[in-house]
Parts: sequence; structure tokens; C-alpha cells
Amino acid sequence: MSDRAAVEAAIADAHGREWARVLAATARVARDLDLAEECVQEAYAAALQSWVSAGIPGNPAAWLTTTARRRAIDAIRRDATLRSKLPLLVAPEDEVAMDDVIIEEPGEAIPDERLRLIFTCCHPALAQDGQVALTLRLLCGIPTADIARAFLVSEPTMAARITRAKRKISVARIPYRVPRPAELPERLRAVLAVIHLLFTAGHTAPSGAALVRADLVDRALHLARMLRELMPDDTEVRGLYALLLVTDARRATRTDAGGRLLQLKDQDRSRWDGSALAEAHDLIVGGLRAGPPGRYVLQAAIASLYAEAPSYDQTDWAQIVALYDVLLEVWPSPVVALNRTVPLAMTSGPESALAEVERLEAGGRLAGYHYLPAIKAELLSRLGRGREAAGCYREAFGLAANEAERAFLAGQIAELAAT
Amino acid sequence: MAQYAILLYADDSAHAPEATPADLEPHNRHADELVRSGSMITAYALTPRDMATSVRGDTITDGPFVDAKEVVAGFYVLEAPDLDAALAIARLNPVLRMGGGVEIRPVHSSWAPEQEPATA
Repeated sequence: MSDRAAVEAAIADAHGREWARVLAATARVARDLDLAEECVQEAYAAALQSWVSAGIPGNPAAWLTTTARRRAIDAIRRDATLRSKLPLLVAPEDEVAMDDVIIEEPGEAIPDERLRLIFTCCHPALAQDGQVALTLRLLCGIPTADIARAFLVSEPTMAARITRAKRKISVARIPYRVPRPAELPERLRAVLAVIHLLFTAGHTAPSGAALVRADLVDRALHLARMLRELMPDDTEVRGLYALLLVTDARRATRTDAGGRLLQLKDQDRSRWDGSALAEAHDLIVGGLRAGPPGRYVLQAAIASLYAEAPSYDQTDWAQIVALYDVLLEVWPSPVVALNRTVPLAMTSGPESALAEVERLEAGGRLAGYHYLPAIKAELLSRLGRGREAAGCYREAFGLAANEAERAFLAGQIAELAAT
Repeated sequence: MAQYAILLYADDSAHAPEATPADLEPHNRHADELVRSGSMITAYALTPRDMATSVRGDTITDGPFVDAKEVVAGFYVLEAPDLDAALAIARLNPVLRMGGGVEIRPVHSSWAPEQEPATA
């Protein structure tokens, strides 16, 4: 007998921590993502009764996996026609023999199939919005309604997106396996992009009142940590995790008590998460030593230099510009070039930074990106060109959709009008 | 195993009436490789876009159906265990080194006169 409240807590904990492991192992047997999801949900529901009467098992994930896999096998045996009309999930190399699964007892080691699930959810043949939705649904076990809310679409729209992605996996036979080494860099890029996108969508919510959507940020961190555990030797995996740690270490100070946006120079550094910064620091140093650094290691190194300075004024701007130069070679993105103008203004003065911003503006690839007029306004304001600065802030205000950012920009406009 | 149709997109088909053996050499060599590997089931090279005629509703027009920079220059069907295997083969197509691209479509079913109707 276990206390019901303790069992409920254990189930919630196993849901948050072990959903992906249980589902990934079940999908391998069910060879159908819908059936696997159904069986895993049933296993979590069955756990409540069973754990109250028999006690919480030593290895909850193994108990849940065995239960879910048994249910999947029962469902397949009971009625083959119950299975969806779609083709079965292709799990090449080594098909699982039914009897191997059947004799499995709780407590036995359950094979970790999470990497298969990650790479299947983030297969480049799926649209990115589908990759993101599947990742949240299958790897984090988030209900469709909550995913829909996080991305501000209706539940039927999100459900259709998930169904479409699952159908493509099945009909086009996207295999349920870890890519071969030759394919791995390209395939891993897609996985890292999905986790990064989830994080940025949470870090500065594209719209809405709150600056941060903590739920998405936490899921992204959870996924990045999971991937790091599964692929500990990959420097870009470590780099992404470090980038998220550093960026999120400042979460508490990015807005004031009233929810108003605070610029980096006005944030209280003593409230940054020092242990997260230290953990990231070690990952970054290792990543930079491991050979030519990739995009995420470099981004993490830049974010870390910003965060490790004792004060804003003591930031090592020259080193940050140098890292941006390397990053631009690895990842020639206009957004990176724009962000580089911020430390550039400190090393070479606002005038040369402004010239660079104007060059990017003329390039046209950042049209509609509200950070460009916002950065330009800041530089103009520093150069004493207040009227032009106000015009740029107004342009940024018109393009920004997040309420905290809009309020900040409105404040800048009012300040310039007052001087 | 499943069947995938590989649609080849290029500025135009290399298979013009006046095409020289040198124009066709990379395509023929790739086709030979696919035949040798045993993965290719059937293949068609199409004539250039100027030879195309389209019908929309009851209107007949000269040229490809979709007015785009690229046209379908040809297609072939291959057999592969999964999408990754099909992608790996399709990516070897020489059109990808000539500024073109390929589209991979899982085959639902097929029919040819000398055989019974078949499902992929």
C-alpha cells in the first residue's frame, strides 16, 4: 500500500521525466505512433491503481514501459483490424521479435529508444511546424490543446498538423531509427533547430502579454538536457545546451517587478543563476577546445561572455566581436550580422555600427525584423540624432508583437520626446 | 520495400532532339548505375518544355502546365526500404549538380499493360 498522494506525485514525476523513454520503447513494439501513445496513456492511468495497492516500483519507467508494451501487443493480437489502416512504422536493421518482448519482466533493462523517436519527430522531410508539434506531443507528452495554446493556434489546427506529420511518417516510410554517421550532421541540425526554436519561442514570446513563456523554455531545456545525455560527445549538442543555460540564467532579471523589459545594462547581475552559468562555462570551454566550433558553441560562448562580465561596462566587447566574426563564417545569417553591431558599437563607436546596420537594412533581408530599427534607434540616440531615433523606435513599435517589448519601445519614444 | 517516384526538376530537359551524346552522358551514366544497383523499376526522360502542351478546363495551351522556372524533366520509380534510403539514392541524381532538384513521392499503386494491376 502506498499513500495515494505519494503515488500521484510519483506518476507526475514519471510523466515529466520518463514519457519519452516509455513512448519510444512502446512505439518500437506497436510500430504505430497512435497505438503507442494510446498504450502509454493507459499505462500511466493503470499506474495509479496498481501503485496504490502494490507500491511504487523501484524503476517506474520500466514498469510503465512493460505495461504499455504489453497493452500494445495485446491490442495487435486481439484484433489486427483495430490497427490503423496506415502502413506500420518502419524500424529497419533489427525487427523486434514479439516473443522477446512478451517475456520481459518489470525491472529488466528497457532499451533506450529515445534517439529514434527524436530523429523521427525531427525528420527534415516533415515541415518544421510539424516537427515542433510532434516533438512536444511525443517526446514531452504534452496534450494537443496545450501545444495549440503555446503556439496560439486553435486545437483542431494543431491536431491536424500532428495528424498530417504522423501520416507522412507512416505513408512515406520515414524510418524509426538513428541516422547513419554520414547522415548524422544534417539530421542533428534539424533536431537542434527544433529545440532552439522552442526555446526562442518561449524566451521572447512572439506575441502576448508575458515576455517569457516559461512552459516552452522549460521543455526546451528538458529536451536539450535529454539530447546531451543521449549524445554526450557531440559538441553542438553540448553547445546548444550551454546556450540555453546561459540565456535562461538571466530569466529572472529580464523584466522588472511590473513586467517591464529591462535592458542588459540595467539587469541585476547578482540575481543571475550562477550555477547554470558555471555549468555552461565548462561545456563551452570543452566545446571550443574540441576543434572548429559550430554555430551553437559559438553562440553560447558569446552569450557567456556577456554574462560573465562583472558589469556591463567591463564586458569584453572586442572578444565578442571576434567571436561574432567566426560565427558569421560558420553561419552567415543577417540576424547574426545585426547582433554583431551591438558589441561593434562599443569597440568601434556607434557611427561605424550604424553604417553596418544601414548596410544590412539596404540588403533587405531583415525587412520586417523589429530588432533592426530598435538597434538603429539606440545608435542614433547615442549619436544625438534624437528625431531620427524616435522615428526608428516608432517603426520597431509597429513591427513588434510582444506586449513587454512594445511597452519598452513606447517608453523609449516618450523619453526621446521629453528631451 | 516500397516504391518511390522521383520527379526530376530542371530549367529544361536535357533530352532535346538536337542533344549530343555529351549532353546526355551524365544522365545515362546515372541511369546505368541505378539499373546495376537493382533499385530502379522504370524510368522516363521527357522532351524539353517547348514540346509540352497543357489543357486546363477546355483551354489548350502551349507549354508546361505550371509556369515556373523549372519543369519536370523526367521521372523514375525506385524501390527502397524506407524514405531515408530513397532520399540517399535520389540525391545522387546529376540534376542536383546542375542547379535542379528532385521531388520524392511515395507510389500508391501502378499499372502497366503487360502485367496485372499492382499495388506498391
